[in-house]
Amino acid sequence: MSTATLTSGLVTVGPDTEAASDTRNDIIVSKQEASMLAAPVTPAPAAEPSVSIGERCGSFLRAVLPPLLGFAFIIGLWALVAMKSADFPGPAKTLDAAITLFSDPFYQNGPNDQGIGWNILSSLKRVAIGFGVAALVGIPMGFIIGRFAFMNSMLEPIISILRPVSPLAWLPIGLMVFKAADPASTWTIFICSIWPMILNTAQGVQRVPQDYLNVARVLNLSEFKIITKILFPSVLPYMLTGIRLSIGTAWLVIVAAEMLTGGVGIGFWVWDEWNNLKVEHIIIAIFVIGIVGLVLEQFLLLIARRFSYGNN
Amino acid sequence: MNAIVKVENVGMTFDTKKGRFVALQNVNLQIRQGEVVSLIGHSGCGKSTLLNLIAGLTLPTSGAMICNGREIAGPGPERAVVFQNHSLLPWLTCFENVHLAVERVFGAKEGKDKLKARTNAALEMVHMSHAAQKMPHEISGGMKQRIGIARAFAMEPKILLMDEPFGALDALTRASLQDELIGVMEKTGATVVMVTHDVDEAVLLSDRVVMMTNGPAATIGEILEVKLAKPRDRLQLAHDPHFAECRGAILEFLYQKQMKKAA
Repeated sequence: MSTATLTSGLVTVGPDTEAASDTRNDIIVSKQEASMLAAPVTPAPAAEPSVSIGERCGSFLRAVLPPLLGFAFIIGLWALVAMKSADFPGPAKTLDAAITLFSDPFYQNGPNDQGIGWNILSSLKRVAIGFGVAALVGIPMGFIIGRFAFMNSMLEPIISILRPVSPLAWLPIGLMVFKAADPASTWTIFICSIWPMILNTAQGVQRVPQDYLNVARVLNLSEFKIITKILFPSVLPYMLTGIRLSIGTAWLVIVAAEMLTGGVGIGFWVWDEWNNLKVEHIIIAIFVIGIVGLVLEQFLLLIARRFSYGNN
Repeated sequence: MNAIVKVENVGMTFDTKKGRFVALQNVNLQIRQGEVVSLIGHSGCGKSTLLNLIAGLTLPTSGAMICNGREIAGPGPERAVVFQNHSLLPWLTCFENVHLAVERVFGAKEGKDKLKARTNAALEMVHMSHAAQKMPHEISGGMKQRIGIARAFAMEPKILLMDEPFGALDALTRASLQDELIGVMEKTGATVVMVTHDVDEAVLLSDRVVMMTNGPAATIGEILEVKLAKPRDRLQLAHDPHFAECRGAILEFLYQKQMKKAA
């Protein structure tokens, strides 16, 4: 949820800055006109850059200032809390720890003591595998459920029951089946990623505009052409929404799963640092997890925008 | 002139939440080769339903539909449809949209170059060659409908079905597309069935205007023969007595005989 509001915040920044730049242009024009009227001999462009730089700084500040203020506020609050409590590390101490941590992110001292880079990468690897398998299974399943009403009414109740279950409840099953921690946490990622992928794909298939299907019927297209030329392109935006939602949950779940299974991974690392009572590392981990999640989400939004066709 | 489409005693009922709705009843119509027929009537009179029946998109609940000596059992490329909202696939370029249809109809018999040439010829016919590589959302509504018409004509259908093809366009664009269509029909000698709610359009384009009574249980009220020489020119027709006569007859049917109670 928090990422959703964050991105919607990001989206609204766009038009604002655009509007700001519009007014800037207006100002430039009027200034230029004014200078031409007042002193036609003096070259107008001389006055123009200074105005536009000033105005550009203004619009830049308007875009950057509110988020900076937000961060300043939260860091201030954090410093205040840290002052009152002995256990809680303040921003300065955390920054110091972060600098030492990120100066050598890829060290390896045995299986239980590795750099934060390795931890992040192995978490991402688990998410990628679990998520990839979920896509391979979930997207075709979504197509089947969306295309055939019978399959829909057959599988819908099962999905409705399983979907609200926390994916961590499936972890013991994974441990039992795979007899190892690593595939078990990948398995929980698979479980949590598959539902949004099935449901969104199915919805996309059900919402293929009747007009396009009529075109297919009039042209009497083969089933293969219907899938490649009509179904797949019109379902793609829905599929990408499903993918985005599931990668969001997958990134949420991996932390919890790794805390339970151990090994190498950002979730395990958080728990390990808690055992070492290095609270500043936990705070760093929170930031890192947030930033990686944001990057994943933005990356997928970028892809989704590429494939959203103008409305007709 | 033999009938290419025969509609015999056709009825159409829909099962709705409020019970059975009889849309069409006892519809009889024959469409001859090379003829342009307009279906006109108030909204809700089932004219689009009748067109969809001929297209095979829906099947009648009673009666028989015959196209080219065979029962209509479903849609097919020999009955091309121009949809009101153009229905171009937004992820394909204009060229690809037309090519998809050409490939389906002629792909089995002809080589790639021939298919491309056909596609380009169809785009040329509606004067849209310049937009071949554009995406549908990059061109105007009138241009999209031109592509829709090109797609339908490119299939060289036995009969062309148009569902209010210019209904969503402004008056000036509509006039220029009508002129375009007159030219294309002249060149190809196509058989056309067109749904319209525009009286002038019906008279200008058709050989016969089929006037439908109000629904429910709509049927064909009157059929008007338009005996105007082709090709027709809208400026000359403006002062033609027969044009005015036809126009008057349709208006009389629509606004006196089939006066719609305040909708």
